[in-house]
Amino acid sequence: MLEKMIFGRFIPGDSFIHRLDARAKLIFVFLFIAIVFIANDWITYGILLVFTFLIIRLSKIRLYFLINGLKPVVILIVFTFLLHLIFTREGPIIFEWKFIKIYEEGLRQGIFISIRFFVLVILTSILTLTTTPISITDALEILLNPLKKWKLPVHELALMMSISLRFIPTLMDETDKIMKAQMARGSDMTTGTMKERMNAIVPLLIPLFVSAFKRAEDLATAMEVRGYKGGEGRTRYRKLEWARRDTISILLLVVLAAVLIYFRK
Amino acid sequence: MDITLQQVSYAYAKNTPFEKRALFNVDLNIPSGSYQAIIGHTGSGKSTVLQHLNALLKPTEGTIKIGQVEVKADKKNKMLREVRQKVGIVFQFPEHQLFDETVLKDIMFGPMNFGVGEEEAKRRAIELVGLLGLPEEVLEKSPFDLSGGQMRRVAIAGVLAMNPEVLVLDEPTAGLDPRGRKEIMDLFHRLHKEKGLTTVLVTHSMEDASRYADRIAIMHKGKCVLEGTPQEIFSDEDRLLDYQLELPQCIKFQKKVEQMMGMKLPSICLTEETLAKELAHLIKKERDE
Repeated sequence: MLEKMIFGRFIPGDSFIHRLDARAKLIFVFLFIAIVFIANDWITYGILLVFTFLIIRLSKIRLYFLINGLKPVVILIVFTFLLHLIFTREGPIIFEWKFIKIYEEGLRQGIFISIRFFVLVILTSILTLTTTPISITDALEILLNPLKKWKLPVHELALMMSISLRFIPTLMDETDKIMKAQMARGSDMTTGTMKERMNAIVPLLIPLFVSAFKRAEDLATAMEVRGYKGGEGRTRYRKLEWARRDTISILLLVVLAAVLIYFRK
Repeated sequence: MDITLQQVSYAYAKNTPFEKRALFNVDLNIPSGSYQAIIGHTGSGKSTVLQHLNALLKPTEGTIKIGQVEVKADKKNKMLREVRQKVGIVFQFPEHQLFDETVLKDIMFGPMNFGVGEEEAKRRAIELVGLLGLPEEVLEKSPFDLSGGQMRRVAIAGVLAMNPEVLVLDEPTAGLDPRGRKEIMDLFHRLHKEKGLTTVLVTHSMEDASRYADRIAIMHKGKCVLEGTPQEIFSDEDRLLDYQLELPQCIKFQKKVEQMMGMKLPSICLTEETLAKELAHLIKKERDE
């Protein structure tokens, strides 16, 4: 049941997006997060949506798979949509039932916020789905390198990030395994009353913590044995290479920003 | 309780780019009271079959009958709890499932989930700890303070405490020392013989399969390619090699002896004991002549 989760997973492929430099993709996503906030009416949000679907096409990831993997986030989106729907009180009333009044502005805000959420989540997932965790952290390390001047432990941060990304699938598999073992002993998290499900969490979490700590210790030992001593003087096996397409995609984003500013109210 | 797999296929992560088919039209019948071994190379689908045996996985195609309950892809089952009580699974490295404060509580966890009273569960725990050769003091210890071998035994006790009718074992002795292996395998065999416990053993070890099982099924690339008694299975070495499997040590030895002495023993000897007996018999006969 956890095999559908897509956070932190990488799908090997050879699309345009896959081939982009990880630094370009990172900068792209960060800029995009800022640009999303320029949109403020139907046209601009529409443009954002179209742009996002274009990128999905370019990444050659099946839409069905993306949406299916984002189910947990969908709940969050629906929740924020409802909040805006109920608590925004502007414009004419379009629906009234007992004490619930829905205003036009509320509906609009709800839809806008949902689109914003959707677009951001999709784009960040595409980043992780098309880029190996290692190149993401490499890129991050290079991009953050200037901060070393202020004594920020950039290499250590990048390493921490790559280790945690690396272990998401492992822990996921581990969870699945322990969940099944406890299910076989009659403790089932997926069925039963709320109380029964809550009770089933402890037998899952404790073994999971135990094994995570063991793994951490093993990893630390393995790194020490192989002579790891931090980032000082460390060379790279994989080199990131900035190509023309990377520049183009960043410029494309600038164009998008310009278009949005032109059309926004 | 009979378990029957009919044309079972299974794919992991269906409808995603990670989709991976693990089983193809597997047919297997495990009659009540039998000792069935499932052997195969790594990645052959043994463990996937095993998870179907108490409906932890549902087949993507085909049917599994577990006693009276029928499990199918698109069928919602309400009886799964009952099935899971009757089919106990000892997973690979079962010590990873230990979690409770004391060994006693951990062993009682399973049976109490299935509605067994506290007194009865406690009685079973005490009995099982003795049966598995652990000192009674461990009951009050934390499972995390035990040695690896002891943890394994406690975890096995936790499954046996549910009083299953079918016991499914996934490499139950992996990582144990030779003596621990033999003790635990002998214990399972004794339970099978004395209580008529239907046993399914998933293993890499040809020795265990030949020594203990009534019937052996060979899995290869997600298919059940061969099924029969140990004698039948181990009489065809070439076929085993096709599936990247080898003969048990004792049968290998028998073949060597037959080759060097230029004769054949009347049957394939599945254990060292029977082989020794046959050879002794042969030597005695020759001396008499």
